[in-house]
Amino acid sequence: MKLSEKTKETLLGPLNANNPVVVQVLGICSALAVTVQLKPALVMGIAVTIIVAMSNVIISLLRNSIPMRIRIIVQLVVVAALVTLVSEVLKAFAYDVAVQLSVYIGLIITNCILMGRLEAFAMSNGPWDSLLDGLGNGLGYAIILIIVAFFRELLGSGTLMGFPVIPEWCYQHGYVNNGMMMMPAMALILVGCIIWAHRSINKEEKK
Amino acid sequence: MKKLDTNNNVYTIVYAAIMVVIVALLLAVVSSALKPKQQANVELDRKKQVLSSLNIDIKQVKNVDDLYSQVISEQELNGKQVFVATIEDGSVKYIIPMHGAGLWGAIWGYMALNDDKNTIYGTFFNHDSETPGLGGEITTRDFQTRFNKKHILGDAGYAVEIVKGEAAGEQVQAISGATITSKGVETMINTTLEEYKEFLSDKPSEAVESEESITNNEEEAE
Repeated sequence: MKLSEKTKETLLGPLNANNPVVVQVLGICSALAVTVQLKPALVMGIAVTIIVAMSNVIISLLRNSIPMRIRIIVQLVVVAALVTLVSEVLKAFAYDVAVQLSVYIGLIITNCILMGRLEAFAMSNGPWDSLLDGLGNGLGYAIILIIVAFFRELLGSGTLMGFPVIPEWCYQHGYVNNGMMMMPAMALILVGCIIWAHRSINKEEKK
Repeated sequence: MKKLDTNNNVYTIVYAAIMVVIVALLLAVVSSALKPKQQANVELDRKKQVLSSLNIDIKQVKNVDDLYSQVISEQELNGKQVFVATIEDGSVKYIIPMHGAGLWGAIWGYMALNDDKNTIYGTFFNHDSETPGLGGEITTRDFQTRFNKKHILGDAGYAVEIVKGEAAGEQVQAISGATITSKGVETMINTTLEEYKEFLSDKPSEAVESEESITNNEEEAE
């Protein structure tokens, strides 16, 4: 299937040029909370992608019937219902994952990316475009989460996905894990570094 | 088709009402349909946690339900809930359930004692929402095995002591960077042991005798 220029932009734009985290600076709060280790960051990224895509489609289908004055409430109800459904289904069929995500599933409701995309895109575009937009933004969010979690887990605990990767002799020669990486503040600094790198690369492209 | 006036008050109220009813119905149906499966999962998870306190690697166990019914019998001893386990080598272990508070939320665990009701055989801890990599480390075997072979009966009665830095003798080393969670674990264990005092000091006559003879011998030696 060949994607038209506009569709491509809708799907792939949020991955780089219009990334929800580093360009629109949305969803920072959860990016700080779940990035201590790679695994929860990965699962959170997938969960957000699915929920943004689904709620985008639903709101897009309803967009002409939603009363303007309560549109935020309608969006919130749709998102909350979806998150509750996902959490119930996980508890029934993937209990281990549900336990591991615990509070993070609930956190999805408060993720600004969801409300942002619903309000800015799904309210004024068709279901197909909204699906792509949701997938794109979810993945854009997931990429940043994974990059941040990669560095925090590597430098903070010397592991990746829970497996030790820093060889034992490094520790014997005085290498110490950086406990600061465990603090939420370091995630903010890392996101700052990513934004810096991202801006300077994109500036060159524009020239 | 005439375009809907979506700003009309009546329309707004009716829309909101219908939406809420639909969502409520949907969630209620899903919730009640999935409830039995969820409860089975919760029960299975509880069994896994109890078995974990016996130093059993739960990932290697194929049928948790079978193993649980083979090994564990749930009993009420001295008015307290105790899981009595008979493990592979035939020895009896007592497993005590514990509940407490960590830094952000609830923590809980199980402590398996040898039949002298003094030596810790194994422990298991879990938590609701401790920080991953810090307080969350109480779920690791590395932390849980630090309790093994320690004795709960000391000078201060039934208690364990969790300390920062190197642990000596009967002390248990805390998790670095997770002082409050470690303290929470200590408080949880000690309050539970206090509640189970009657059970813990109610020893079969044989065990008491042998313990007395040991203390007598020590005194004589001095």
